[in-house]
Amino acid sequence: MKVPVGSSCLKDLRMSPLLWIHVSLACGSTCPWSVGPHVPGLCLCRYVKEGDKVSQFDSICEVQSDKASVTITSRYDGVIRKLYYDVDATALVGKPLVDIETEASDVVETPAMAREEHTHQEIKGHKTQATPAVRRLAMENNIKLSEVVGSGKDGRILKEDILNFLSKQTGAILPPAPFQDIRTPPTAPPPSAAPSPPAPVFTGKDRMEPLKGFHRAMVKTMTAALQIPHFGYCDEVDLSQLVQLRSDLKSTSEGRGVKLSYMPFFIKAASLGLLHFPILNASVDEGCQNITYKASHNVGVAMDTSQGLLVPNVKNVQLLSVFDIAQELNRLQTLGAAGQLGAADLSGGTFTLSNIGSIGGTYAKPVILPPEVAIGALGKIQVLPRFDPSGQVVRAHIMAVSWSADHRIIDGATMCRFSNLWKDYLENPARMVLDLK
Amino acid sequence: MMSNVRRMVSLFKGVCRTRTCPVHTWTSGAGLVLQSRSTDVFQNLALEDWIEANVDLRQRGVLLLWRNRPAVVIGRHQNPWTECDLQAATKAGIHVARRRSGGGTVFHDLGNLNLTFFTSKKNYDRRRNLKMITDALRRVRPELDVQATDRLDIVLNGHLKISGTASRLRRDSSYHHCTLLHSADRSALSAVLRPSTSGIHSNATPSVPSPVANLVDHAPTLQWEELLEALVDQYNEEFGCTSALTSIDPSDEASFPGIGLFVSELSSWEWTFGKTPKFSVRTVLDLSEHRSAQLHLEVKNGLVASCQVLVPPDWIPQSLADQLSQVLVGERFCRHGAAAAAVSTLLRLDGTGGRLEELSKAVLRAMG
Repeated sequence: MKVPVGSSCLKDLRMSPLLWIHVSLACGSTCPWSVGPHVPGLCLCRYVKEGDKVSQFDSICEVQSDKASVTITSRYDGVIRKLYYDVDATALVGKPLVDIETEASDVVETPAMAREEHTHQEIKGHKTQATPAVRRLAMENNIKLSEVVGSGKDGRILKEDILNFLSKQTGAILPPAPFQDIRTPPTAPPPSAAPSPPAPVFTGKDRMEPLKGFHRAMVKTMTAALQIPHFGYCDEVDLSQLVQLRSDLKSTSEGRGVKLSYMPFFIKAASLGLLHFPILNASVDEGCQNITYKASHNVGVAMDTSQGLLVPNVKNVQLLSVFDIAQELNRLQTLGAAGQLGAADLSGGTFTLSNIGSIGGTYAKPVILPPEVAIGALGKIQVLPRFDPSGQVVRAHIMAVSWSADHRIIDGATMCRFSNLWKDYLENPARMVLDLK
Repeated sequence: MMSNVRRMVSLFKGVCRTRTCPVHTWTSGAGLVLQSRSTDVFQNLALEDWIEANVDLRQRGVLLLWRNRPAVVIGRHQNPWTECDLQAATKAGIHVARRRSGGGTVFHDLGNLNLTFFTSKKNYDRRRNLKMITDALRRVRPELDVQATDRLDIVLNGHLKISGTASRLRRDSSYHHCTLLHSADRSALSAVLRPSTSGIHSNATPSVPSPVANLVDHAPTLQWEELLEALVDQYNEEFGCTSALTSIDPSDEASFPGIGLFVSELSSWEWTFGKTPKFSVRTVLDLSEHRSAQLHLEVKNGLVASCQVLVPPDWIPQSLADQLSQVLVGERFCRHGAAAAAVSTLLRLDGTGGRLEELSKAVLRAMG
């Protein structure tokens, strides 16, 4: 029968779950699942969508029935033209699942509910059973079906049998096994690579996506934040003594299971300063009618996480030791890294420090996070030449700090005096010990 | 490490269907009995995937024996929020895992033995496997009244469940796995096997609760090793093979190349939570001063697809409640992480004297 080249016909090749099970399993009397009256249907999840090209044996969908999870594969090469069920729907046993359009190089009449879904053909007195797709593959590779041993039911020839036959003939590599990542075991473990920035992907097209969730909240909050009249104040701090102190204390802290960075010292020094300048730990209401002096020093620490900028805070720093703060920071950092920070840790902050220097940078212009009135950004610690009291050039560990404050209630002099006090504690850590509460 | 590799290769020789290993013909009825040394639920589930993907099951079957440190294992099409109290599980250090096979939720611990029967699709026969188990039990303790039921459970004394079944079928292969309660901690079980939050409506596979029992409750002298030995002997007898119990380590990437990828996938959020069939949450949130709000969430692929919070009009403006709803859309259905961050960020602008904060925290609590 002549078929115009290039035409395709939509066959009524319906794949019914019941039919599929029956044909593919070939298990004689025992059917693996009882699709009787007590199992009305199957629950569905899907790998393909309409318009997708599929080959024979590609996975179409996954269904569940009677405690078994089954992957249903395509019997044909072709294009998915219609899906009868949505994801998560319950499919009815005996009803069609999907329509597949195949190319009509040989036209096959297949009634919808036929038990035998293959054609057979007499070759030299033998009945050779194979689907149209398998038949075409054999033809394209000049293989006589009579020479191929079929491993399917009743000696039916499957696609794999053709491919096996080919590989034996030509020594060609077999098509990839279902699990494609098998390699011969490495003789030495590969060296662990340093974390590299994600490779940029260039698609050449603009991409638009709506702002959702957390990013939407950030837009709102940052817009409001910049309504606050900010002023900035910057300075540099000589941390040489603190560097020495931390180095001395690091092993003790690690002995107690806590990693000690510089942040706990910065946070505690800020709290000691806030005791003298409580206006920096305050909040104003929306109309700027009332100012609330907050009793607790809940110092927020800006963290760069996979979700973006998050600012969990350490509660009641005025009651904590440097070690306590370090411990709490460890806990928050672990949760932040796992994306598991809760609302309790993320709200209630009264003052914020942002250690942008841990990534890089010196001076910054931080944005105040409402409902707070002040924020400090810390640059990276650099070893720079400075003059000591006797006029000699020495190595000094210098860090820049950039403060921003709400100019409606805070003036430059207040910010400057707070910064000087904070700086004094860090440049002379022994004085912190004197004033520790 | 190299000796392990040689051992693995010889173990699976002729049985691998990779490019490098040729397929031999084995005498029919040959079997292989393996015992996993790992007690990590993700590694053991990954081992099942690895065996299914890499071992040629057409001529011989494999029996894998394994057990896990405390973990909740939900079925492929289940909803972890309805099956398990996730906060309680995290607090107790209990992992939550989704397996590939269907069926209901199981609590795993070191007193719960898992058996996985790997066969070709042709030889898939769950009743035969369960018969093997009941025969083994009767052999070591003839006084035990154990029966397999129509639902493919094994019950003791007619009504106490000691085993549940699930399975997975693919193009060429299948596996049937089941549990066997030897000496599980039933109190830990009841503490976590309850919903995380109320008001969930879903058509995910529900779990059918049944009264359970441990084998040791009715046969106190039955040791773990004795049970394993009986099962191995019975397997060999039933399937006509002579395999000894071989111990394997699924964390050894050299012996099981590529198993690490299976482990990462099985332990990922996208698999465990993202594969949940869509569901909705409808509940009433209790607020102070005897007020309440109505919450309606739709969750798809574990993410909030839509959210509506209806508040009493004199309590806070509905527009504020709508802002709260909007920042939750697109984030994971989880009270921590991005949803918490979104809510906390929005709360910075709270001018309601704490009411928006109260509402926000109530909404987050309803989110698993």
